[in-house]
Amino acid sequence: MIKVKNLSKKFGHLTAVDDISFEVKPGEVLGFLGPNGAGKSTTMKIITGFLTPTTGNVEVSGFDVTEQSIEAKKCIGYLPEGAPSYGEMTPAQYLEFIAQVRQLTGQNKIDRNREVIQHLHLKKVLNQSIETLSKGFKRRVGLAQAILHDPDVLILDEPTDGLDPNQKHEVRELIKSIAPNKVIIISTHILSEVDAICSRAIIIADGKILADDTPEGLRNKSSSNKMDDIFREITSGHIS
Amino acid sequence: MKNIIIIFKRELGSYFATPVAYVFIVIFLIMSGALTFYLGNYYERGQADLSPFFVYHPWLYLFLVPAIAMRLWAEERKTGSIELLMTLPISIGQSVTGKFLAAWVFISIALLLTFPIWLTANYLGNPDNGVIFAAYLGSFLMAGGFLAIGSCISAMTKNQVIAFIITVVICFLFLLAGSPLVLNFFKALVPQSIVDAISSLSFLTHFTSLAKGVIDLRDIIYFVSLIGFWLYANTIIIEMKKAD
Repeated sequence: MIKVKNLSKKFGHLTAVDDISFEVKPGEVLGFLGPNGAGKSTTMKIITGFLTPTTGNVEVSGFDVTEQSIEAKKCIGYLPEGAPSYGEMTPAQYLEFIAQVRQLTGQNKIDRNREVIQHLHLKKVLNQSIETLSKGFKRRVGLAQAILHDPDVLILDEPTDGLDPNQKHEVRELIKSIAPNKVIIISTHILSEVDAICSRAIIIADGKILADDTPEGLRNKSSSNKMDDIFREITSGHIS
Repeated sequence: MKNIIIIFKRELGSYFATPVAYVFIVIFLIMSGALTFYLGNYYERGQADLSPFFVYHPWLYLFLVPAIAMRLWAEERKTGSIELLMTLPISIGQSVTGKFLAAWVFISIALLLTFPIWLTANYLGNPDNGVIFAAYLGSFLMAGGFLAIGSCISAMTKNQVIAFIITVVICFLFLLAGSPLVLNFFKALVPQSIVDAISSLSFLTHFTSLAKGVIDLRDIIYFVSLIGFWLYANTIIIEMKKAD
């Protein structure tokens, strides 16, 4: 469960996130849509505890992300934008490091490790340093890191960016398969992706929520029944 | 504590996964040897002690320790991995401590690998090994002081070159705080009591007394609190500027 209440974030004079509120319940996959610079990543960074909000608060699984940040972070799996990691490590070493941080032990650690390696097809590259991997593999290593501890809340910032169509399909299947009982927020520029995996979509521009609906509901608002059209209409201010 | 150890192990491992560790250790050993034998006239002095070895450590550290410290946080910022680290369930203090300890242990490994020079002294004569131990302790603590400054400066920037240069300058000021160069400058500006306080901050004064074999608790407390101060500042800077 994620509760975002009256959240604002200012960087100097720039308001990146402007008084937004929403809730995400377990089982929901929320798609974050919006033009570049709309405040998607900033909102995700606040939810994961990387940024502190200027005003408002965020609760993750009952923990306030600024007051009880460590407890909140334990419930979250996060793939930051661009999937940063430690390039000199191999995926095997990296996942071992994450498993230790996430306090996985014994058989559970072995099982989880095997599962994510299998799901994300990392077996081939396990012992190659991450900096030498292709963009697609780096992204998948980042995803593996995010889901390793089987978190209740998953925040994925552009999880399919840089993947080829087959890999995109696989990652979508993966997200769908783990979606029941989890709270998932993904941000994306690919509107068809929202149709494919999201149960709900929020369109955000200039730090404000412009639409919050199911993908079908959003499409119905457009005369042409197309996601692309409704996105353009909403974000360029033709309807509100 | 467990988290500090996890960060510590990851960091220390990363030194040896890249050529950084080997380049640093080799350069450190060659330089410390060369300075001892050529500038320190180790043989010509005709004394079996290691003072020509330790006397150059402050100057060696002045350039080599900032080179290790500059990457500690600047690199995390540059690659964006700081976002990953700061969203894992680890406190900033734990990350700062783990990273610092890994770098300190790494420099200590390089320092310990200078043991052949200790063997040489013992082969050539009968040096006072107690004095040598105290000097190694002083050198170890001084390296920690340089490193804590460097770690804090590294947290301020994405740019490792800037981190390096500023760290060298600050370390240089700390090193020479007790010398006329720095004190004469301050004498014109501030009262004598503050000049005395500045002079008591000198790395060189505290290290020299340890290098002479005098293990004075005050010198140890000086270095330990210096490290504590800079690491605390480091934590605050990361907290404030982690996302910049």
